[in-house]
Parts: sequence; C-alpha cells; structure tokens
Amino acid sequence: MKISLDVNGTRQDLDLDPRVTLLDALREHLGLTGAKKGCDHGQCGACTVLVEGRRINACLSLAAMHDGEEVVTIEGVADALAGTNDARFAAIQRAMIDNEGLQCGYCTPGQICSAIGMLREAAAGWPSHVTDDLTGEGRLRLDREEMSERMSGNLCRCGCYPGILAAIRIADGSGLTDGGLRSRNSPPDPLRDRPRLHSDGGGDGDKA
Amino acid sequence: MRPFDFTRPADRDDACLKGRAEGAAFVAGGTNLIDLMKLEVMTPAHLVDLNRLGLDRIEEEGEGLSIGATVRNADLAADPRVRHRWPVLSRALLSGASGQLRNRATTAGNLLQRTRCPYFQDRDTPCNKRTPGSGCSALGGETRNHAILGTSEHCIALHPSDMAVAMRALDTEIEVQDPDGRMRSMGLDHFYRLPRDTPHIETRLDPGDLITGVRLPAPQGDRQIYRKVRDRASYAFALVSVAAVVRMEGGKIAHAALAFGGIGSQPWRDIEVDAVLTGETPSEALFDKAGEILTQGAEVQDGTAFKVPLVRRVLADVLRKAVT
Repeated sequence: MKISLDVNGTRQDLDLDPRVTLLDALREHLGLTGAKKGCDHGQCGACTVLVEGRRINACLSLAAMHDGEEVVTIEGVADALAGTNDARFAAIQRAMIDNEGLQCGYCTPGQICSAIGMLREAAAGWPSHVTDDLTGEGRLRLDREEMSERMSGNLCRCGCYPGILAAIRIADGSGLTDGGLRSRNSPPDPLRDRPRLHSDGGGDGDKA
Repeated sequence: MRPFDFTRPADRDDACLKGRAEGAAFVAGGTNLIDLMKLEVMTPAHLVDLNRLGLDRIEEEGEGLSIGATVRNADLAADPRVRHRWPVLSRALLSGASGQLRNRATTAGNLLQRTRCPYFQDRDTPCNKRTPGSGCSALGGETRNHAILGTSEHCIALHPSDMAVAMRALDTEIEVQDPDGRMRSMGLDHFYRLPRDTPHIETRLDPGDLITGVRLPAPQGDRQIYRKVRDRASYAFALVSVAAVVRMEGGKIAHAALAFGGIGSQPWRDIEVDAVLTGETPSEALFDKAGEILTQGAEVQDGTAFKVPLVRRVLADVLRKAVT
C-alpha cells in the first residue's frame, strides 16, 4: 500500500506491505539504521523514535498507521530541535559522549530520542508514577527517581545508567533536573552528583 | 506476521461494518495486537484502523467525564480533570507499561488487551484461550502472573490491566456501537466474561461492536489510592494491585469501592468486600475480615499461593491509609 511519511523533514513516499512496521520502514526502506531493533516487542526501547513529537516504540507500530505523520529519528533529531523551544535538548548527544552514557552504543539512539520525549513530557507538567503531587500545583522536579521511572522503557545492558542520567540532566536547561542526580533518600554523592560538563560548550573534545 | 489487508474506515458506521467481517480486528495503539501478530498468536485477515475517527477526545458530561476509545493512556493520565477528581485512574495508568507505550496505548485497547500468560503467547504449548479445547498448560505448569479468582479448570489466565482496575472501582460504563448503529453501555462487571469452558471468549462484544468510549460517573469518594506490587520497581505487570475509592462520614466508612489487579481473570471487584466495609468504623479486624471475604474462593497453584496473604496485606494497608 502507498503511504507517505515526513521523516526528518523530508517527505518520503513508500509502497509497503501492510505488515511493515514503522521501524522496518525506517531501517530497511529508508536506510535510516539509527533506530535499532533490539527485542522487536516493545520491551527494550532501542527502536524509540519521535512521531508527531512524541516518543514511541517504532517496532510496535505499523508504518501504514502513520501515513502523513511526522517522524524524527536519531539521524534528524538535532536539526528537528534547532530553532524550537526544545533546542536545548539537543545537547544530550554531546553529553552522552562526555558522560560515558554508553558502552556498546546499541541502545543509545533510543535512549536519546526517549530522553527528548521524556523532557518534553516533563516540561508539559506530566506526572509520573513516582510524582508525589498529582495536582500539578507543586513544582515538578526531575530527581533521580523521576528520571529513572520516566526512562524505564529503555534498557541499557551495558549498565550505563548513571552516565545516561547525567547526560539528561545536562540536556535539560530549564532546571527541571536541578540537583537531579541526588536520590531523595540518600546523602549527596560528591563523585556521582557532579556532571562532567563539556569544557568549551560545543567544541570537539577536551583539548587542554 | 501473517498477511492481512489494512483499511481506514470513513467513519464509525463504516468501522463497525468493516469490523464485522470474518477475521477482522480493530487496531488503534497496536502495542498489544501487533506484538501478538508477530508471534502469530493473533492472525487477523483484515485490520481496521480506528486512529482517525475522532474518538480521541475527553469531554465533561455533567458531573462525569466522557473518554474516547482512542484517547492515549498518557493523555488520560495527564488530564487535569482526571488528576484532580479521579486520581486513582491517573495513578493506575502511570503505574503501567512505559512512557513510550503509554503514548500509543488507548483506552479501549487497554480494556481489551490480552493476558500475558506465557503459554498463551507460546504457540508450541496447549492453551484453551488460544486454541479452544487444546488444554491448559498453566495448570500444573510455571505460574506467577496468573489469576486466583474467577478462574476455571480450563484457564487461569490473568487480566493484566491497571487502568481497568481503577475504572472498575470508579463504576465506569463502556459505550458500544453495533453494526446497526445502535448504542449500548455496560459496566465492566458485565463487559468481561468469566472463562468457564470458553476462555477464548473474553467479553460480551459481538463481531462489529465498536467501543466508542467510556464514561466516568462523578467520583463517589474523595480518598482514592492505587497501590501496585510487582517484581521490579517500574515497567512490570502487577503481582497484586488494589484500587480504593473511599468516602468517610463521621468516622465511619460511607462509601467503599475496592477493585483488584493481579489476582483475577478480569479486573476484580467483590461487592461483598465493599458491603462489609460500608457503614462501619474502621478497624484492623474489619480490614482482615474484608481480606478474608475477598480470598475465600481463591484457587491457587504452587506459583500463585503467595497472592492470598499478599493481597490481604496490601488491602489492609490501603484501607488504613484511605480512612486516615
């Protein structure tokens, strides 16, 4: 069947078997292999992309269900954010490297797309399972419990979660994650609670 | 995945007609259906896409709330009206699945999601729900995420929803359009069928029946709690969950609606549990009695026996908090 998708700002006309998932359309038909096929059952989050601005599992959606919709993958995420209110979130890509938020890197595109979607949700005031005050009257603060809960749909089998959380904290410039690496119930950890900020804010590494 | 054709109906009437065809299935979020199609546990020949029928609105209706069938779980959980007046529903939704899944999964899809019994998902083992008459592999097999109430000798599958548990405590009505254009509504108690000797028939929907939405009546209690116990802190199905909607008057329990997840073949509610609490002064003895009534007909397996004491303790703790 014929569908068209707006992928990373470009209109793509496709003629697909209805069985083709959004993930397979991106990877096999458009050559965008950034979104990964991990479990293919919505459990690992490696396939996470942004559709109409929201994070979803591309493996559990048929491409046909998204005819006419806007899809942003890891390949286009920096351009898609540029010039928007969420431009600051693009810093997560650099921050993932600087904070060792990955080892093998397989989950990373999904982590980044998910984190951007998650930060948008938090900026919109969406509560989570661990938010004490549902009414939205108290200020939402993304501490470690909040970030871990909101990112639980993305697994990292290398166990780079501390680095991923540090990168998310840096990517959020609005102060939602202020002090966010400190657990509610534990004293500050001087090693873990200090994110390694990139030294020159946008260059190509730590050149002393 | 088996081949199928994909259609987008023009409107609700068209959806009902297309949905009535042999082998047709509705799809909205797809988070459960597409997963089961990959496993070839579900093999629809026609997929009818409900995503653009305007069933994605949440509207106030008198003192209640009308929620469209394709409202995403994430939007429902974040809706300010739900958060203020029906917080047990927000809490239940937020305790389920992951952020990505909640952004796709829908109200009606959540109600209609299939059991996560591993034998139902494994085509190499007998399962009366998947292949009627083939037997039940869970009886005498590995059990944990299985039901202890409302089961039968043919099936001990668990209804895995959190959302539906809160909706059951809130006396939610499900609104259905049939292929002749007639509307009817029913409570969750009537909507779900017990497995008996036909565990493959889970609801009272007929071919072509379309859930258009659900209606939440005005909340009957201001003290609302959803407590979920699971094997890991996030993104896991309930071993036991309790939804409580309670109203206190003059130190007595004026309204009690308790519903349970993780234990029933459907989102579970026992009117005798509510009745024993209503009109009474809260006490530990009363809470224990409610738990005894709830579990008196429980049928346990080796892997599910722990749920009897667990659900009693969780119920008592939820009630303790709800009445203070």
